[in-house]
Amino acid sequence: MRAFTYARADDAAGAVHAAAAHAATTQFLAGGTTLLDLMKLDVMRPEHVIDINDLAAQFGSIEARKDGLHLGAFVRMADAADHAAVQRDYPVIAQSLQLAASAQLRNMATLGGNVLQRTRCTYFRDTSWAHCNKRNPGSGCDAVAGVNRRHAVLGASDACIATYPGDFAQALIALDATAGIVGPSGPRSVAFADLHLAPGVTPERETTLAPGELITGFAVPAGPWTRRSLYLKIRDRESYEFALASAAVALDVQDGAVREARIALGGVATRPWRAHEAEAVLKGGPVDEKSARRAAEAAFAGAVTHGQNDFKPELGRRTLVRALLRAAALEV
Amino acid sequence: MPFELRVNGTAHRLALDPRTTLLDALRENLDLTGTKKGCDHGQCGACTVHVGGKRVLSCLTLAVGVRDPVTTIEGLAGPNGALHPMQQAFIDQDAFQCGYCTPGQILSAVACVHEGHAGSDAEIREYMSGNLCRCAAYPHIVRAVVQAKAATEKA
Repeated sequence: MRAFTYARADDAAGAVHAAAAHAATTQFLAGGTTLLDLMKLDVMRPEHVIDINDLAAQFGSIEARKDGLHLGAFVRMADAADHAAVQRDYPVIAQSLQLAASAQLRNMATLGGNVLQRTRCTYFRDTSWAHCNKRNPGSGCDAVAGVNRRHAVLGASDACIATYPGDFAQALIALDATAGIVGPSGPRSVAFADLHLAPGVTPERETTLAPGELITGFAVPAGPWTRRSLYLKIRDRESYEFALASAAVALDVQDGAVREARIALGGVATRPWRAHEAEAVLKGGPVDEKSARRAAEAAFAGAVTHGQNDFKPELGRRTLVRALLRAAALEV
Repeated sequence: MPFELRVNGTAHRLALDPRTTLLDALRENLDLTGTKKGCDHGQCGACTVHVGGKRVLSCLTLAVGVRDPVTTIEGLAGPNGALHPMQQAFIDQDAFQCGYCTPGQILSAVACVHEGHAGSDAEIREYMSGNLCRCAAYPHIVRAVVQAKAATEKA
């Protein structure tokens, strides 16, 4: 690991101030589960590390209110996954966290850091590969013609097909969450759907966070669909593995007809992925094998594969069908 | 960089490069070599310790950033040397072969029971999935957790 300076921030203002001097070469450290891993791999090379764990005093609580759920960015994954109100009223959130990583990592990783986790693309993580536009802009992409079984089929570009690996972000984008942010130009909030970027021609830019900005929390609006929700994750092994395909679904069903559907897809796209097309198919009708299949076809209509991941669109469709049928059958 | 690290009830004054992980500080600076280095990337669980009573991966933790007391495998036994019920259960159930993953398995298992995630074999398997065992002693590890949970509840 390369050398860096280490400092602790007492609060958000202190963190923003500390980062301002060298914003481009500074990283905030919270749980550290992504940052330290990638620093050991020499993929991330910050010169200054600001430890922001003490911000948990400001942004470390979970509040379940009438208007929705407020999750501090410094809540650890395990604490949100085990929270009774989250499990009861927002099961898709609790499940997306509980099915991710391991118990140790969930005790360490914060919710804010979780949504910023980096791709697991081998060509990004292994610096012996010469061509990675995300790690080394303009160098090319070794994954397009390489080992790409786990790579994205939605939202990719010629420059990058790396999969966004997270689960929690799928629950947040499905439920129309907003993210609270602080930075050099003060506090702001952004629709979670506008936080992450598709790779396009600049895959090194993964979010709309400006240098020196950090996430303080997430607000998830209440709605009649949040209780009838779940996260279904399909992977190579039963536990402690990233998704090959996953679905976050939330349904408001009245008298057998869908009033509102909220659908996001994990493991198949370059960024957290909301499937509005699938939602539109379901609206107004029943949820059954036929309608769920039509919704799934719509969700993957734009899929582009690269050989080893040719199986992913069908796996993704079947995952979504199963998730929808299970959600419709929930007793809420 | 000077800082204090509390391990197994003892406060240590250390002055280390900020790059030093908790794992390396324990093994190289405090001679507590019971905590093992497996993958060093947070994937295998061999380096599991407790910080503030919670199981974490010491390989992905900066020593200088640790705020709460640390417990390692060396700190589990009683002051008279009596084994922790989980240590005894691993012996009774033959829950290891080579033993390299065992300190991490035991620290993780103690936390698994404490968290209330040892209610069934399936739950134990799920909540112990962050600790890999190359010898594949998994069935015996599950039995050890079941035994230690019962012993803890009786005590």
